[in-house]
Amino acid sequence: IIVGVPLWWRTTETYRAWLPVSQINELSNLQLQLSAEVEVVFARGTVTPEQQKKVPLTQIQDEEHTVDGDLFINAVCLVVTKIRRLQGNICLKCVFSRGHSFEVQDMDVYVGQRRTALLRIGAQMRVGKTLDQLLAHLEPRIKQVLQVMSFSHTDISAALSDRVRLSPGNKESIADSMRTFKSSPGYEITFSLLNPDPKSHRLHWDIEGAVQTYIQPLLTKLASVANFSIDSQTLYYAMLGVNPRFDSSLSAYTLHSDSLAHVINPVEARLGSNAASSNPVLNFLLYVPDAHHSPLYIHDRKKQEVPSNAFHSPRWGGIMVYNVNGFYGPEAVFPVDVNINMAKVMGVFLAQLRLLLGVQSSTAPSGFLVAPCGSNGLADWELDRLMWSRSVENVATATTTITSLAQLLEQIGNIVINDNIAEQVSSAVTSLQLAVAELETGNLRFALQYSKEAILASERAFFDPSLLHLLYFPDDQKFAIYIPLFLPMCVPILLSLLKIVSDARQKRREKQAKKD
Amino acid sequence: MRWEETVVEEATADKEDTSAPETVVQSSVPQPKDDFQEELVIRPLHSGDIYASFQFRTLWETDFMRGNKVSHYRLFPKSLGQVISKFSVRELHISFTQGYWRTMQWGQPFLPSPPGAELWVWFQDSVTDVDGTWKELTNVLSGIFCASLNFIDSTNTVQPSASFKPLGIGNVTDHRFLRYATLPREIVCTENLTPWKKLLPCGSKAGLAVLLKSEKLFHSSFHSQAVHIRPVCQDWQCKTTSWELRQTLNVVFDLHTPGQGKLEWSLFKMFSRTLTEACPLASSSKIYIDITDDPQGEQFEVSPATHLLSQAMVLGDRRTFSVYDLTQQITFGTVRSLNLLIRWKSSEDMLRPLLHAERYVAGYGLQTGEIHTLMYNNHPYRSFPVLLLDSVPWYLRLYIHTLTVTSKGKDNKPSYIHYQPSKDRVRPHLLEMLVQLPPNSVTEVTVQFERALLKWTEYTPDPNHGFYVGSSVISSLVPSIVAMDTNSTREQPLFSSFFPCKEESSYFMRVYTEPLLVNLPTPDFSMPYNVICLTCTVVAVGYGSLYNLLTRSFQIEEPSPGLAKRIANIIRKMRGVPPL
Repeated sequence: IIVGVPLWWRTTETYRAWLPVSQINELSNLQLQLSAEVEVVFARGTVTPEQQKKVPLTQIQDEEHTVDGDLFINAVCLVVTKIRRLQGNICLKCVFSRGHSFEVQDMDVYVGQRRTALLRIGAQMRVGKTLDQLLAHLEPRIKQVLQVMSFSHTDISAALSDRVRLSPGNKESIADSMRTFKSSPGYEITFSLLNPDPKSHRLHWDIEGAVQTYIQPLLTKLASVANFSIDSQTLYYAMLGVNPRFDSSLSAYTLHSDSLAHVINPVEARLGSNAASSNPVLNFLLYVPDAHHSPLYIHDRKKQEVPSNAFHSPRWGGIMVYNVNGFYGPEAVFPVDVNINMAKVMGVFLAQLRLLLGVQSSTAPSGFLVAPCGSNGLADWELDRLMWSRSVENVATATTTITSLAQLLEQIGNIVINDNIAEQVSSAVTSLQLAVAELETGNLRFALQYSKEAILASERAFFDPSLLHLLYFPDDQKFAIYIPLFLPMCVPILLSLLKIVSDARQKRREKQAKKD
Repeated sequence: MRWEETVVEEATADKEDTSAPETVVQSSVPQPKDDFQEELVIRPLHSGDIYASFQFRTLWETDFMRGNKVSHYRLFPKSLGQVISKFSVRELHISFTQGYWRTMQWGQPFLPSPPGAELWVWFQDSVTDVDGTWKELTNVLSGIFCASLNFIDSTNTVQPSASFKPLGIGNVTDHRFLRYATLPREIVCTENLTPWKKLLPCGSKAGLAVLLKSEKLFHSSFHSQAVHIRPVCQDWQCKTTSWELRQTLNVVFDLHTPGQGKLEWSLFKMFSRTLTEACPLASSSKIYIDITDDPQGEQFEVSPATHLLSQAMVLGDRRTFSVYDLTQQITFGTVRSLNLLIRWKSSEDMLRPLLHAERYVAGYGLQTGEIHTLMYNNHPYRSFPVLLLDSVPWYLRLYIHTLTVTSKGKDNKPSYIHYQPSKDRVRPHLLEMLVQLPPNSVTEVTVQFERALLKWTEYTPDPNHGFYVGSSVISSLVPSIVAMDTNSTREQPLFSSFFPCKEESSYFMRVYTEPLLVNLPTPDFSMPYNVICLTCTVVAVGYGSLYNLLTRSFQIEEPSPGLAKRIANIIRKMRGVPPL
């Protein structure tokens, strides 16, 4: 026994490297502190010089967002009130100016292309009021601006939607959060031209030029968020899964929105996945209906024609139907060469791409005027917004992965934990802590960077093949090994036990007999 | 999934609208940089079988090699293009074959392939970690073709030094960038055909690919499908290069039914489909029927008849074909469908193939054995050299000192031998040699081997079936019987233009032998458990007796009377005498 038991223990134990369990548990509470810096600049003449001196330099606003009770997001809005000193590039600027600098009179707030918002002080707030009153008047406005330009409660809960069950009744925000692709270090964008009828239409699309003109500027701007790669293909004889109905009143074929869900199934089999990477794919399909089924229009739920003739599917991509039957007469000789107007197509695809990537402008409060985005299709503050929600989402995802991995490893004691897994886990934990710290200080770029690293490390640890390989030694196999030893050994023990019992009974009976 | 209509905001739609408005272009269509051709060759074999060979070629004038990313695909399949550019592939050849090509009965195939799966790849010289890239590439390809190519690892990959030269342009001949592997066990079925068909621009919706229905294709004696990618010259001067993707499918149907006297076949009988149109994307779409053996229509008749005849040099033989051009509407006639029909009238013997080979394992017992490879040169008066490539897995330990090459009873010394010994569980044996085959002779190569014992996890699920050893490859320049015309214009049919030929009087030929099935010593896999059970029982019996010894108290019991005494007592009782 002295030799056997330690030997048995030694040979049957599994190697388990140390994991930072306590730190993981700490992280799983997910107390995030987000802080955004706001610089308030007063235009000349808004405040008197005496007031200027009295303006407090910094002011901190705390705001607590509670999502589903168990995690808190402590949003700290650091309002730095500065006078005429413009500096820093990442912080928001609220420029206050007097009414007449606005051209449009019924606008209170004008959100610019970069990170600047212009606020108008109402007429009653002219010079002469006390500074405290002025600041008190400003506060809700700044809060509103912040919600539009950096993050709001709905954004954050949308980013955390995978982790937190949203309260019912919040359907719209669920739809919003479901539409957006999950955060990932890279995306593959595939444009496919579906030509079901190459016998009649010979289609030409200048996808290379269109991508350069329309898509590339946006992606260059988004390069800090994720890597993008673009490709395109042409698929022939690709049919939709639904037969469109002929509407004689329009003399056109229509596709009702209820049947859209079945449209892409046969097409998707031919789209093919990207062989060279495992990033999520955003599909954008341009469908040119065949000559016998043209024109084809999409109808929405109210049986109205959709003006863009396009639709998109959450976390998958979009399809646009492009009718070409108008470009040739009935006497045209097939096949007809058709050049596709890429400006029209790319306008739709760009809008879909913005939606799918989560660059959506949430409905601005009344009185806000949002400047049209510039040539690259994305304002600076929109990028900031995206980075805020992406960092929060990444942190949440990485935390979930790490926590569930730790739980799994704790539950199943037989899994071998190798050193490299432990290393991955601890690097994920460190990156997570760094990301959280950077979020606290408001360093968006670094926060996003660290959160990406955290995700990568945690996924690598979670999907490590060594965890799968001989995942656990099932208990029934253990029984199979030990039963041949223990079953025959039990037989004499059981027999002697039976004998003891019968002996004891007999003795009792004898005693009773004696008493009688 | 929830579907939403897209609302395009003004801001994005109001892009500068400079691009040309959509119009029907009549003349200024840019010349497409890619080109697609399809072709079907049907050759009646002398054994009464029908050989049908499909070739689909996509040419694309682009450059994967230079740094610029290729990402916009038209006819070329996107999945393969991504593979080429990601893994810096210069040439890729992959084939899946079910059945063995019987060279002696069927003659030479247009494109030879060994049974199972074969993959050979030339990487570009910019690749630093060739082995890592090869591993990743096989994994990706196994996903694309739904095949178990992921079983290709270092134990079945070799780097042939001479047998597999690049078939496309480029004079990189450093075999460090070449990887060759076969999986003789691979079974080819519908799930491999479907992704293969998906690579065609027209899919299986139009053109010749309509005929490729799996229920008929796999009900055949031989089925082989392949994908070949290589860079080729664009023009005579070779100023620009383009990429060529060749998808080939060869199938041999056994339509000879012994009961019926007449022999006839038709497209419908073979494929259960007829042709109605060419693929609209194809620049050429043709069917060739080999009528060399019967130019006057004496032995068999083809209907509908065609007057288009074409001659081509295939495998050293000048052959005559009748051609059906599917791009011409007249081919389909009034019924708008083409169903070719051939009736045989008589048949005769064919020429024996000039080069063929076979291989078998000799020896008895489970310890040693001998591999015999026989190479036949049937040329009446010319000898020619052949390159023999053998890749033998490590668990057959070759005794290379026993290697003998004999022809006509005499020792035939190979002029070049490249031998790479195996390492256990790391790499296979590689044996390449250049042998001169004398005219009208059989050359025999023998080598002895010892069977190794495997670890218990290394056995396949059915180890008693045996272990496959891939085919040997014999490549050679065979002297041609007919003088060849070197004027290789682009007009020649696809089936005759795969292997580049330089010399006039000879043609390149590759012959694969049968794969070998070798039995390895197989242990009884339930033995560990039996041992556990046995020892445990012994231990338990010992424990039981020890336990009884320790726990039971022993008392002296009066011995019971013996049997004789008892019987005697019974008898005495019956007699009324008091017992003993």
